[in-house]
Amino acid sequence: MMTDAAQSRQRDGVPAFRRRLAGSRAPLLTLATLGMALVVLPLLGLIARTDWPGLLTHLRAPVVWPAIRLSLITTLITLGLAMLLGTPLAWLLSRATGRLATWMRALLTVPVVLPPVVGGVALLLAYGRNGLVGAPVFDALGLRIPFTPLAVVLAQLFVSLPFYVLAVEGAMRSVDPRFDHVAATLGASPTRVFLRVGLPLAAPGIAAGAALAWARALGEFGATITFAGNLTGRTQTAPLAVYVALQSDPQAAIALSIAMLAVSIAVLGLLRGRWMG
Amino acid sequence: MTLEAHIRARRGDFEVDLAVHAEAGSVVALLGPNASGKTTTIDAIAGLVPLTGGHVRVGGRTWADAHTSVPPQERSTGLVAAQHLLFPHLTTLDNVAFGPRSRGMRRAPAHARARSELVALGIGELAARRPRELSQGQSQRAALARALATDPDVLLLDEPLSALDPATRAEVRAVLGRRLAAFPGVTLLVTHDPLDALTLADRLVFIDQGRIAQEGPPEEVIARPRDPYVAHIVGLNLYQGQTVDDATVSTVIGPVMTSGVESRGSCWVAFAPAAVSLYPELPVGSPRNAFRCTVASVEVLGQLARVRLTTSDGHPLVAEVTTTSVAELRLHTGAALWATVKATEVSAYPA
Repeated sequence: MMTDAAQSRQRDGVPAFRRRLAGSRAPLLTLATLGMALVVLPLLGLIARTDWPGLLTHLRAPVVWPAIRLSLITTLITLGLAMLLGTPLAWLLSRATGRLATWMRALLTVPVVLPPVVGGVALLLAYGRNGLVGAPVFDALGLRIPFTPLAVVLAQLFVSLPFYVLAVEGAMRSVDPRFDHVAATLGASPTRVFLRVGLPLAAPGIAAGAALAWARALGEFGATITFAGNLTGRTQTAPLAVYVALQSDPQAAIALSIAMLAVSIAVLGLLRGRWMG
Repeated sequence: MTLEAHIRARRGDFEVDLAVHAEAGSVVALLGPNASGKTTTIDAIAGLVPLTGGHVRVGGRTWADAHTSVPPQERSTGLVAAQHLLFPHLTTLDNVAFGPRSRGMRRAPAHARARSELVALGIGELAARRPRELSQGQSQRAALARALATDPDVLLLDEPLSALDPATRAEVRAVLGRRLAAFPGVTLLVTHDPLDALTLADRLVFIDQGRIAQEGPPEEVIARPRDPYVAHIVGLNLYQGQTVDDATVSTVIGPVMTSGVESRGSCWVAFAPAAVSLYPELPVGSPRNAFRCTVASVEVLGQLARVRLTTSDGHPLVAEVTTTSVAELRLHTGAALWATVKATEVSAYPA
C-alpha cells in the first residue's frame, strides 16, 4: 500500500516538486525581481553616494558649467536640425511605398544599432581633413571639422536624427492618407498638405520623437569623443566631463550625473502621457 | 462644364475601362457590386490614381491623357467619402474654409464663403465646433460643405450616405438633393443604394468588373435591365434568349410567351416578382408560362413574402406572393411547385 506522499508523487506521472513549481509564481517573481534590481541598484547607488548638501558647491566645479553649457547649446542645435531636416524626411518616407523607401528605412536603422564609437570613426573618415566631405570643405573654406563644436553637433545628429525620423515616421504613417487626398482635391499643394494636415495630425508623435532624440543627443559619448575629442569648453560635453571628472573630482562627476539623471526623468515625464499612460 | 472621360486604370487584379460623360448640372450615379471599380473611377478623375490610358476632360480642359496629368490640387474637384474625413484639428468653419484658403483666397472672404455653404446645408450654427463634437449626419453635411466651398467643376461623392443610420441617411439625402439641384457642376455619385440613385441621379451607370454593364436614364434602366446585377438591383426576373416567333422567346428557363417582341434575334425577357403565381400542381386551361421550381428561401415582409426559387434547370426565379399563400402552399425550402406568369406580364426587348 502506497503512502499519501508516494501517491501524490505518482499522480499524473508528474513528480510533486515539479507540480508545485509550475503552480507557484515564485520562480517568475525571483527572476523578475533580479532583473528589476539590476536596473534600480545603480541608480540607488548614485543617489546614495551623492553629497546632497554640497550638491550646488560640486556643480560649481570648473569642469561642470562649461560642459553643461556646451551640451545644452549643441543638443538644442542638434534637435533643431533633426526636426528641420528629419520631419520632411519622415513625412516623405511615411507616404512612400517603393523599394527606395524600404532601403532608406534600412539605412536609417544602421546608426541606431551601430556602436557609437564606430559612428565616430565613420564621421572622422568622412569629415576629416582628407575625408570624402572634409577634403573639399577644407579646400574651399579652409575649415577643419573634427575636434570642433561643429563636430559635436554632427556626431549628435548622426545618432539622433535616425532615431527621430523612425519615431516620427511611425506616427505619420498612422495618419490616414485619405486626409492627404481630400486636402489635395481641395487645392492644397504637397507642401501645404504637409504643413496643415501632416504636421498637426502627427504632432504628439513629433513631440515624442523630439524628446527621445534630444535625450539620445544629450547622452552621446562614443561618437563625440572619437570624432570631436574632449577639449574643455569646446567639445567636452556633459557625459565626457563626467568621465573625466570621475578621476579628478568624483563629487563633481556625481553632481553632474545627478543633473543629467534629473533631465532624463524630466524627459520621461514629458513622454508619460504617451508611453506610461 | 461637361465631363468627358474615358478611364483606364488598374484596380487590384483587373483594369477599369469605361467611359463617363456628364453634362453640367447633371448627377450621374455609378452603381455596381463591391470591388467593381467605382471608387477607382472616382479617384482617377480626382487625380489620386494614375490613368493607364484614356483621358479626362472637363469643360474643354484636359486633366489627364497620354501626355499630361494635372496634379489633384490643380484639378477642380470636391471629394466626399463614406467617412467624413474632416480634419480633426480644425473647427467646422476652418474645415470648410480649407479649400478656398488653399486656392489663395484671403481669410475673411474664405470664412464668409464657408459660412454661406454651412448655412446652405443647414448647419450654420455648428461653425465653431470641432468634428468630434458633431453627430454623424452633421459631420457628413460639413464634409459636403467643404467639398462644395471651392465651387468645383466636378463633385465626387463616394458612397456619401452609406455610413449613416437609416433616419440620418434620409435626412442628409434630402439636404443633398436640394443642394445638388442648385449645383452648376457635374456630380458623380457612387452608391450601393438604389434609392440614392433613383432620387438623386439623372443618369445611372452600372459597373461590373471595371466595365459598364448598362447605362441610361433611371426610368429606362428600371424598366429594361440588360444585366443580371441591374435586374437584381431593380428587382426584376431577367433572362437572356432568342426570339422564336412574334411572341415567344427561347430562354435558359425554357420557352417564354411574352406580350410581344419588338424585333427578331437576341433579346431579354423580364417580369416582376409580383407577376409570378405559385401552384402546387400544374394549372390547366389558362394560357400561362409555367416553370417547375423548388423553393430556395422564403422571406416574409409584412403582408408579402419574397420567395426565391430555383428552376428545374438551376436558374433563379423570384416570386412575390401574399403571406396567406405562403401558409396555404406550406412553402418551405426544398418544396417543389409550379411558378406561372401571364404572357401579358412579360416584356421582351432587344439585347
